[in-house]
Amino acid sequence: MENIIEVKHLTYRYQADDPRPALNDVSFTVHAGEWLAIVGHNGSGKSTLAKSLDGLLPFTTGEITVGGIQLTPETVWQVREKIGMIFQNPDNQFVGATVEDDVAFGLENRQMPRTEMLPRVKAAIARVGMSEFAQREPSSLSGGQKQRVALAGIVAIAPDVLILDEATSMLDPQGRREMLALVRELRQTQHLTVISITHDIDEATIADRVLVIDDGQLVDEAAPATIFAQGERLVELGLDLPFTEKLKAALRQRGIEPPADYQGAAEMEEWLWQSLSNT
Amino acid sequence: MAISFEHVSYTYQAGTPMATSAVSDVSFAVPDHGYLAIIGHTGSGKSTLIQQLNALLKPTAGEITVDNFTITPKTTNADLKPLRQHVGMVFQFPENQLFEETVRQDIAFGPKNFGMAEADANKLADAMLQTVGLDSSYAERSPFELSGGQMRRVAIAGVLAMRPKVLILDEPTAGLDPQGRQEMMTLFERLHREQGLAIVLVTHQMEDVVQYAEQVAVMRDGRLVKFGTPAEVFSSEKWLRENQLDMPQAAQVAQRLANRGLAWDALPLTADQLADQLAARWPRKGGTHV
Ligand SMILES: Nc1ncnc2c1ncn2[C@@H]1O[C@H](COP(=O)(O)OP(=O)(O)OP(=O)(O)O)[C@@H](O)[C@H]1O
Ligand SMILES: Nc1ncnc2c1ncn2[C@@H]1O[C@H](COP(=O)(O)OP(=O)(O)OP(=O)(O)O)[C@@H](O)[C@H]1O
Ligand SMILES: [Mg+2]
Ligand SMILES: [Mg+2]
Repeated sequence: MENIIEVKHLTYRYQADDPRPALNDVSFTVHAGEWLAIVGHNGSGKSTLAKSLDGLLPFTTGEITVGGIQLTPETVWQVREKIGMIFQNPDNQFVGATVEDDVAFGLENRQMPRTEMLPRVKAAIARVGMSEFAQREPSSLSGGQKQRVALAGIVAIAPDVLILDEATSMLDPQGRREMLALVRELRQTQHLTVISITHDIDEATIADRVLVIDDGQLVDEAAPATIFAQGERLVELGLDLPFTEKLKAALRQRGIEPPADYQGAAEMEEWLWQSLSNT
Repeated sequence: MAISFEHVSYTYQAGTPMATSAVSDVSFAVPDHGYLAIIGHTGSGKSTLIQQLNALLKPTAGEITVDNFTITPKTTNADLKPLRQHVGMVFQFPENQLFEETVRQDIAFGPKNFGMAEADANKLADAMLQTVGLDSSYAERSPFELSGGQMRRVAIAGVLAMRPKVLILDEPTAGLDPQGRQEMMTLFERLHREQGLAIVLVTHQMEDVVQYAEQVAVMRDGRLVKFGTPAEVFSSEKWLRENQLDMPQAAQVAQRLANRGLAWDALPLTADQLADQLAARWPRKGGTHV
């Protein structure tokens, strides 16, 4: 499969004399069209990595290639054009005076003619369910509304790569599912590559592959089912136990021995049903 | 009554063409030392509601009582200090409450502002930093050069350092890693249980609601549509669905088994409640559990 992103031996220090780099010799690749989740403790380096990919941090050690273009001060604008990023705090990315201006901003940057732009902006805002707020100032929105508008900005520009840095952290559970379903759909219709940084286990489960970062280093890399079968070690890695694993632990405390391998909700339900009917 | 809302409404930019109503005619009461969770859709008015508890926003209509304080549309900014010390607030976006040059100064700001000697305030700041899971190497750092979760921890430390009697938490665990989330929720619970802090928690985490809250308020389009215990609020799957709310995960599993014919005594809301009921009906072989 074609690699859309290649990262080789990336090291980054915020201060030159920092004894502990925020990123320490990180190497990985992302396939075109893949959904990659990045997980890890607070302060492990996830946002630093996201900002590095978008050319926002001047790294000096290592190499980043996006869509065949090596990221350098000269190519940074070309690279950024391929990437749509939603920051951890959406306030840090709003530039427009209204929601509509804000969503249009990314397109203006990409030199789209105005006649083509307006319908696209309106459509993007409608896709995230924010049409009635189109003329509002982004700063006057609720937390979750801000995250929806941030996603509208991405829908409008239709980038090759989407980086979500905890982009659903303030949405209600249903809103979160809706937004993730939208990303999924974009991925299918536009062959989008998705990198999602998240502490939410359900969001990580959607991914094809999960990277685990700890203290600036890549410490694990596997399919979600493999990662989530690790039981208590998940907590050390900065992850939560899936609900089925929590339930299994609670059952074991009560003398009931559930199957050892990872089970989704449906399998768990089936096992419980079978066990209870087997009297 | 420790906290009460009586016919409270809030309109942003009231009296201008831009006026937006965000909270409409909300009334409820929480007893002394209560633990209230507020849930509801994005934009339903949760943050607007709770920011009135320390008069950051003043109601457009109605009256709020917090212990001995009363907040009305006529409340002025003069003399809000005692209220702000009594009611600590962790904002939805932690960046919005960090402002000092170093993490230590930031946490020590509140206590100093309320009269604590600088040396004591600094000592308290260092202790609080540890409480929220950051080692002393962070004390001299700028609060703006931290990761999202680290900023959140510093913001929480700053509020706890003021030793408030009422703690308002607006999605306090958003951006925290699961371990940090667990630690912070346990810490709030301990302050509630051991020191009698009243807690108001705005959250999208239904698991936290059923685990910690004594009462739940459900907001929708600026209105209070339900108020009761977690068991009451999560009793009807149909009502929850109509109001676009999720059941806690244990209840979801239980509900699916109920749909297949299993009858529960009371719908389990947590993993422990579910496991208890499962264990009670687990088939026994030779008198012992399988
Ligand atoms: N602007 C900055 N200046 C100096 N150090 C920084 C800066 N931003 C982050 N750091 C440090 O770099 C490390 C990695 O931070 P990063 O924001 O990448 O973490 P993260 O994995 O995104 O964490 P979180 O889950 O809390 O968002 C942390 O120790 C943090 O304190
Ligand atoms: N400064 C403001 N000016 C105008 N309207 C505002 C302002 N702040 C919030 N609103 C609006 O008031 C309504 C309620 O917002 P609020 O922030 O209270 O919601 P919330 O329930 O906290 O949502 P979330 O879960 O997304 O944080 C929203 O429709 C929002 O757009
Ligand atoms: Mg981060
Ligand atoms: Mg809010």
